[in-house]
Amino acid sequence: MFIMKLKRVIVAGYRSFTRSGFTSVASILVMTITLFVITSLIFIQAGLNSTLNDIKEKVDVTVYFVSDANEDDIKEVEESLKKLPEVRDVSYTSQDDALIQFKERHSNDYLTLQALDELGDNPLGASLNIKAEDPSQYESIAKYFENENALSREHFTIIDKIDYHQNKIVIDRLTSIINGAKKLGFAISLILILISLLITFNTIRLIIYMSKEEISIMKLMGAEGRYIRGPFIFSGILVGLIASIITIIIFIPVSIWLGNQMTDFIGINLFAYYKSNFLQLFIIMLGSGVIIGSVSSIFAIHRYLRK
Amino acid sequence: MIYFNNVTKKYCNDVALEDINISITQGEFVAIVGHSGAGKTTLTKLILAEEYPTDGSVFFQSTDIHKLSSRDLTQFRRKIGVVFQDFRLLPNRTAYENIAFAMEAIGKQNREIKEDVPHVLELVDLTSKASHFPHQLSGGEKQRLAIARAIITQPEIIIADEPTGNLDPINTSDVVNLLKKINDLGTTVIITTHNRNVVDQIKKRVITLEKGRIVRDDKDGKYML
Repeated sequence: MFIMKLKRVIVAGYRSFTRSGFTSVASILVMTITLFVITSLIFIQAGLNSTLNDIKEKVDVTVYFVSDANEDDIKEVEESLKKLPEVRDVSYTSQDDALIQFKERHSNDYLTLQALDELGDNPLGASLNIKAEDPSQYESIAKYFENENALSREHFTIIDKIDYHQNKIVIDRLTSIINGAKKLGFAISLILILISLLITFNTIRLIIYMSKEEISIMKLMGAEGRYIRGPFIFSGILVGLIASIITIIIFIPVSIWLGNQMTDFIGINLFAYYKSNFLQLFIIMLGSGVIIGSVSSIFAIHRYLRK
Repeated sequence: MIYFNNVTKKYCNDVALEDINISITQGEFVAIVGHSGAGKTTLTKLILAEEYPTDGSVFFQSTDIHKLSSRDLTQFRRKIGVVFQDFRLLPNRTAYENIAFAMEAIGKQNREIKEDVPHVLELVDLTSKASHFPHQLSGGEKQRLAIARAIITQPEIIIADEPTGNLDPINTSDVVNLLKKINDLGTTVIITTHNRNVVDQIKKRVITLEKGRIVRDDKDGKYML
């Protein structure tokens, strides 16, 4: 009995979908736009995240040691830093490496190089470059050095300077920009998704409104609510299904184009991103399409099914 | 079978029906006549529980129709076949599917549907139009299809609200004869009309409504307004 009813519901839903012609096309179009918006926002979030990560990578704090600091002491500081939960990475630059890097940087500046030669000795100190898990954590890392209890007395004296204070303004500003961009991105995504959901819901509601006469006839003929609702829900699912397939196809050329044109600007190749996340994105689109289609139908038809 | 017990129906402050008492027994053919706005359609809507009375109650056998639960109402409606002036066919379904839907709605097996639908199509002379959609049929054909849909489930009552309102005299006569034939087979038929010829052709009980009140109830009625 159940199978027979299910079969009838599917057949009726499919028939009303194919016979409605323009109305079905219109609802697929609106649903496609909604799914397009949702997928675009996923792309934008991916682009934004990669850009923000790039910026984050550029922020760091360097601890400079006095030139006569003992390498073992510096290594000890490095080890203690690595134990901090905020610290993601610490890289050590020795005195010799610092000199080589300095010479490379100033390879065209003959005067400076000559002055360095005249000093005879290596005036540059070793340094530790610290990268935090999150830009907002640099302050607590800097404070760690200021706290005398954290480092023994002798370690404290070997530190020449920490460039956090010079960078503080830039780091603070970047932190607030990153956080702001994330929040704004999320808010805009939410609003856009909400708007497109409302439009889809209203379109499906209008289509069902056009069928309200049909629904009342079915009711008068003694059809059960479930039996009346079924074909409409199935049509909604069909709309979601077709729209998600259209969207997934549209995004192939779109992501290829964006990959060719915008990779430098965004920081990631969107086509590569689309390829590597294809299954996930397809499931998201298919899922959203089917859920939006069926849930809208259920809500829209509810009011006409009350007795 | 159907009893109206002091039924009054008001829309806001407009009185559509006032103090109606009717008793309809099984197998009767009742014509309800009156001018437009006399309350004929409201009366049929009350029987179908499409409208609720402001006062009084409507009974089918011993149950108050307007106190039925949603599920029981669905079951009750399966005992009634309805025919409307504007046909109210399912626009996206063919003639065959329109009739089949009535059977599907009450849970009939596919085998029964395949057997019964061609039979009824033949009865209303629409066999050749089985795969036509409602918009491809003439007014008379649409109404015959609506009647076919109403009778396929073998209901206890047929309610026809102005079934000839949109038809020419020849089609009108066809539809009335069809309804009489159904009545002869034992089905109770309630028809509303303002067409004198229809009433005079039926020669059965006539209830006359005027401004929402019953002004005449004749066993062997004629059209008198």
